[in-house]
Amino acid sequence: MNIGQILLNLWESSGFAALITGFVSQNSWQNLLMIIIACGLLYLAIVKKFEPLLLTGIAFGCLLTNLPGAGLYNQPLWDAYVAGEHITFTEIIHDGGLLDIFYIGVKSSLYPCLIFMGVGAMTDFGPLLSNPKSLLLGAAAQMGVFVAFFGASLMGFTGNEAASIGIIGGADGPTAIFLTSQLAPHLLGAIAVAAYSYMALIPLIQPPIMRLMTTPEQRKIKMVQTRTVSKTEKIIFPIVVTIFVALLLPDTAPLIGCLMLGNLFKETGVTDRLSDTVQNALMNIVTILLSTAVGATMVGSRFLTWETLKIVFLGVFAFALSTAGGLLGGLVMCKVTKGKVNPLIGSAGVSAVPMAARVANVEGQKANPSNFLLMHAMGPNVAGVIGSAIAAGFLLSVFG
Amino acid sequence: MTILTAGLGEHLPVGEAAVLALLGYAVVFFGIVLLMAVVMTMGRVFIARDKKAAAIKEAAHAAAQAAAAAAPAAPKPVAPGTAGELKLHDVEPRTAAMLMAIVADKMGKPLNELRFISIKEVK
Repeated sequence: MNIGQILLNLWESSGFAALITGFVSQNSWQNLLMIIIACGLLYLAIVKKFEPLLLTGIAFGCLLTNLPGAGLYNQPLWDAYVAGEHITFTEIIHDGGLLDIFYIGVKSSLYPCLIFMGVGAMTDFGPLLSNPKSLLLGAAAQMGVFVAFFGASLMGFTGNEAASIGIIGGADGPTAIFLTSQLAPHLLGAIAVAAYSYMALIPLIQPPIMRLMTTPEQRKIKMVQTRTVSKTEKIIFPIVVTIFVALLLPDTAPLIGCLMLGNLFKETGVTDRLSDTVQNALMNIVTILLSTAVGATMVGSRFLTWETLKIVFLGVFAFALSTAGGLLGGLVMCKVTKGKVNPLIGSAGVSAVPMAARVANVEGQKANPSNFLLMHAMGPNVAGVIGSAIAAGFLLSVFG
Repeated sequence: MTILTAGLGEHLPVGEAAVLALLGYAVVFFGIVLLMAVVMTMGRVFIARDKKAAAIKEAAHAAAQAAAAAAPAAPKPVAPGTAGELKLHDVEPRTAAMLMAIVADKMGKPLNELRFISIKEVK
């Protein structure tokens, strides 16, 4: 027995050896840097509470995928799959690591759709039904998606990549992951991190734009109470939307279908157990799998590029422009209704339920402490979810 | 049919990217406006239905109230065995009771089958 040889083999098979010996020759410095970035993201999630439910998983997935020698995620396997080299999910399950198996759910669009089901089960469409005009604000706030798409094209990204970057402006994590995993999977890590980070930063990004584009008098506007929506109306709504939107843009059917199925579970009153499962157990399980799998795509050699920096820049640009688009819509509605609509609710059109609506409410109360805009802002907020799904459906139909 | 001059995964010409951006934004508005029209129509139907239901309920309530007002006053409840209202004129109830018992006895009929309208002392 050669103990020395055993110890040598043990050392050579360790990640430490891979990090040291391949520091320059195999670019393992990138892995080391990504581990540091993962720790930074964990700090943001745990200490600063930036979308902790998602960012913790993403950061840990990033940490795991960059550990040399662990083999949890195999980028070449997925590159071959995307290139159409006759690799199936069965082979990936057989040859891949644990995170490869997790990633199948992202690649097949299973996780984003299940997350949307949970979002639907947690969403009350009552404010939108009581004031259907607020749907327009959800459409106006998609401006950032298309301006960022154009900007990304100008910056040298391909059409597929530009579409995936643009959707960050929809401020809707599952939609961004759904679209990117189909159009530009190599950018998934950067886009998911940018989307979720900016969603967490909405209270910092939106208020300066809101104050810049509205006057104190406009922010003080009190909105009248809208009508009460009946239970039957709430039950019919998800069915009508699914039929209507899926017929209009069939590419949105997976997202809209799951969103509305979740909402139907909530509203029927006879599927409380299912609604509870979708909102809690299923949502939590899928969040763990989705976030870890997305984090796994943050491989050093792919993430540490100028493209990532461009995506980070374009992402915040898209967010800001979507906020501005929603506010512009709000200003137009304020003008048309002769001051009955507070333009601040337009900023809530950027999905990110319910954070964006809360920010609109807070800004309204800063201008007038007796102003309660939350329920009025929830209308555009949930309309933004539908708007971003339609935007994703359009981009998928063009580039998919 | 190829809808893009650039192939999938290639760089888009600036003009094409601009047209696609505008077209995409327009499609989102188009979809949302159509959806808004559907939701508004649905809302109108439900508002009309609710108003109709409320009107029927109100009419039923008003009819019930009118019927209650038009109906004659219900007779006052009487004790078991009472044969009607008796007016006493300058007669003590005790005396009236004795008189009624005597009359019943003389006629050979139970007291509750007789109707006394008034008892007046003849002076």
